[in-house]
Amino acid sequence: MAVPAVRRAPIRDGMSPPAKPPMKPPRLSFFRQTFTVAWKDLRSELRTKEALNASFAFALVILLLFSIAFEPTEDETRQISGGLLWLVFAFAGALILNRSFARELANDCLDALIAAPMSGAALFLGKTLANFVLLSAVEFVCLPVFGVLYNVRWTQQFWPLAGVIALGTWGLTVVGTVFSALTVNLRLRELMLPMLVYPILIPCLLAAMQLTAPLVMGEPLTAELAQWIRLLVVFDVIFSALALALIESVMVR
Amino acid sequence: MTPVEIAGVWKFYGDFPALRDISFNVEPGATMALLGRNGAGKTTLLRMLAGLSRPGRGTIRICGTDARDRATRHSIGILGHGISLYEELSALENLRLFARLYGLEDPDGAASEWLERTGLEKVRDGLVREFSRGMRQRLAVARAFLHSPSVLLLDEPFTALDDRAIALLQSLLRDATAEGRTVVLSTHQLREALDLATHVALLVRGRLAYTGKRTGEMLEDTGWLYRQYGEPQSVTA
Repeated sequence: MAVPAVRRAPIRDGMSPPAKPPMKPPRLSFFRQTFTVAWKDLRSELRTKEALNASFAFALVILLLFSIAFEPTEDETRQISGGLLWLVFAFAGALILNRSFARELANDCLDALIAAPMSGAALFLGKTLANFVLLSAVEFVCLPVFGVLYNVRWTQQFWPLAGVIALGTWGLTVVGTVFSALTVNLRLRELMLPMLVYPILIPCLLAAMQLTAPLVMGEPLTAELAQWIRLLVVFDVIFSALALALIESVMVR
Repeated sequence: MTPVEIAGVWKFYGDFPALRDISFNVEPGATMALLGRNGAGKTTLLRMLAGLSRPGRGTIRICGTDARDRATRHSIGILGHGISLYEELSALENLRLFARLYGLEDPDGAASEWLERTGLEKVRDGLVREFSRGMRQRLAVARAFLHSPSVLLLDEPFTALDDRAIALLQSLLRDATAEGRTVVLSTHQLREALDLATHVALLVRGRLAYTGKRTGEMLEDTGWLYRQYGEPQSVTA
């Protein structure tokens, strides 16, 4: 049998044209790329409404079923409101987060994004922003529905409530987007994402529930609840920093 | 500066070595046809060249730097197995998206120019999900060329293209190499690949069986290289 002739010398055709002078790479703005990714995700989702419709439907059905099943009194509503709302947000959020990176699997779009000259952090932040906007939209539709079904005047503490919901939602979307990237190639990703994300989200959800319960009933935040605000802020900062630092190694193996 | 340098590259999937000690360089203006049967390691090698995967051992350098370097990624254009286009976006929106991600100064102008060059200007606002397979592949070609990369990595680029589109792609690739760009393409369509190639690399079960210039023999008889350097064919009754 003939031994294969392997030549490992540099390949160079004598007639080859001169090398194209390397083009000076343009200045790429981190935030421009972040918003480009976020815009792309929002545009895609608003065209298909795959995750948004499922998330809205799920959230509204749960709120309706709970109100019919328990017919809570004002005192009971005060006790369950924070927990109920954040359970709805967390589960409705999983439907949005599951689609975040799964959307990139069709046509191998994720490869093109990873091959593009942008940092993994810009890609991650863009996706997190889009998820944050989508989940916030679901939440701010749920709140009036919750107010009507449970006879609650939730707008009395609107801005503190909006702040708490924003902090909680950011924590949820940051952790969820990282795990959406981690589980994107798993066959059981729809199952794995909530299983991995919810245990990590316990401090964030706990703090958000504690803070949401009085606010949604129209009561102001008291000094003793300040520790929950600190927990929520620290959770968001730590997980945002960790995610931005580690996302590149999650995506390229 | 050598556009593509591959030195002692191994890639493992678990314990299985998908690529074994691959070394070769590709010079400016060369078109390297990466040949081999299914599972030979062509796609794995192209993915590592594009920085989508890291070698287990060895080094890959594109234009003298690491393939994952952000500036280096600007000089790479990749057309993979998938078309890497968003079904819910229009042709123009897809190209504009990538033009922005690559930091082009005039994303709209670049997108419009490439829609015209690939004959898709009439369907610029049509959603990709409504496109035929050939139109998608042409749009994918436009996406890969959009930012004028100096190294083009193409995995099965002729798939789903009709004769006219193949001629268009061949003409784009000839123009690119004439400008000094480097092309590495893997394909099973030997005739089209060898027509374009200045050099050939044959992978057999993850090993480099042959690298060298494309010769007249290869062009006259496309099976010659496989018979000379490829695996022995299994005997069937």
